[in-house]
Amino acid sequence: MKYVLMFVDSPQFAADLAAMDEPERNRAYARVQQWFADHHDKVTHHAYLMPPDTATTLRLDRGEPLVSDGPFVEGKEVVSGYAEIEVANLDEALRVASSWPACPVVEIRPIAG
Amino acid sequence: MSQPTYAELARVVRDHAGRLAASLVHLVGDFSAAEDLVQDAIEAALTHWPVEGIPDRPDAWMYTVARRRGLDQIRREQRHRRKLALVAWPAEPPPEDRLRLIFTCCHPALPRAAQVALTLRVVCGLTTEQIARAFLVPEGTVGQRITRAKRKISDAAIPYRIPSADELGSRLSEVLAVIYLLYNEGYLSTVGDQVQSRDLADDAEFLAALLHQLMPTEPEVAGLLALIRLHRARTSARFDRDNEIVQLQHQDRSLWDHRAIAAAGRLIAQAAARRRPGPYQLQAAIVACHAEAASWEETDWTQITVLYDLLLRLAPSPVTRLHRAIALRYVSGSSVALADIDVLAGELDGYHLFHATRAELFRDLGDATQARTADERALALATNPAERSLLRHRLTWG
Repeated sequence: MKYVLMFVDSPQFAADLAAMDEPERNRAYARVQQWFADHHDKVTHHAYLMPPDTATTLRLDRGEPLVSDGPFVEGKEVVSGYAEIEVANLDEALRVASSWPACPVVEIRPIAG
Repeated sequence: MSQPTYAELARVVRDHAGRLAASLVHLVGDFSAAEDLVQDAIEAALTHWPVEGIPDRPDAWMYTVARRRGLDQIRREQRHRRKLALVAWPAEPPPEDRLRLIFTCCHPALPRAAQVALTLRVVCGLTTEQIARAFLVPEGTVGQRITRAKRKISDAAIPYRIPSADELGSRLSEVLAVIYLLYNEGYLSTVGDQVQSRDLADDAEFLAALLHQLMPTEPEVAGLLALIRLHRARTSARFDRDNEIVQLQHQDRSLWDHRAIAAAGRLIAQAAARRRPGPYQLQAAIVACHAEAASWEETDWTQITVLYDLLLRLAPSPVTRLHRAIALRYVSGSSVALADIDVLAGELDGYHLFHATRAELFRDLGDATQARTADERALALATNPAERSLLRHRLTWG
């Protein structure tokens, strides 16, 4: 069963990260690296996304295609990256996700088909 | 065979439906398909048994119906063919199967309302209609909740398993929360005209007892079972002939089931011996203090206050603090208790018992005007008819 883990950042998390000094931030990144190393047998694909101000949204349901700036979801919490994992079931996906050392919210969605 | 009463019927269905569901899910390996078969068997039982009587082996009877229906499905549906073809009657499913069933129904990835509906339906064997009636929601809503939940179980691959030791704590508390919610709904219904909905309290006790039988070493499970049994042991004294609430201090204690109270006390002691205290054990111990007191005057309020302090440490909540203040009134006096709950005004302003408690404390202190204002506020917020009646009575005569 394949799932996508969507890593969601909050303003608080971004502020905390910004407030860190260099070595502290490097340790935070190292924890993320470690997490990927620990789960390398399950993670089939992953990517870190550029910040939401780099997003372009295209609406196709308004007659003319409508291009606008920013993410589709105008929330304070934004998806900052994702990983595709392959595990047996939701409990195993939960176990993998619960050790995620970075941003505060992870949405877990099964991949259809 | 004599015609069974509804209560007997409900009990037999409940005892066997969960067992049938457990073995079928295990055998079929598909939650949804198995659950449909069980529902058919339950509905057939509810149609035939009131007329024909309860068969000698209700489990075999229900299995026969499920199997017949399963065979029909094999003919009709390619999808289930392979799985259903394997189904054979197990003498008795291993107990873990029913545990798996409960943990699957109460999986935290399902919304609470769905956990409740699914548990009642799959483990207790209630029909969609019965669940809808118990919660006063449209049958279609319950049906939808169940359908969505079953789809999520299969689409998101919620496993049919008992959580491992490291996950068990939080997963078990999810299960206990569902049972406790069912019990509270049955104990004092918060909706509609029914004062008590006894069926749900029955189901909650059944589930707690089943869970205790399946997990005898879990002290919080024992605590919840004791808590439910202690409350139920006092049921016959809680309402008078006109269905009005009789408050604890005015209850006829000879109407309490003292054997059940003693048995619950032993259960609490056994759980406490495992030295893993938890909120349900502490709540049960508090209720036991009341149940074991020979009279209202002999209530051990000091002990009750101590237990509330422990409970507040494990599970801080403004409602618990409010209850502690009620005990504190008898230990330290009404003005101390009043000062203690005044700080909760912000959080509990919308809770009728907060205002009802303040009213009582003001009455103790001889402030009739403030007592009346607080009672009026409580009445405006209360929804249960018996509680409303009590408050109205107090406003008229108090």
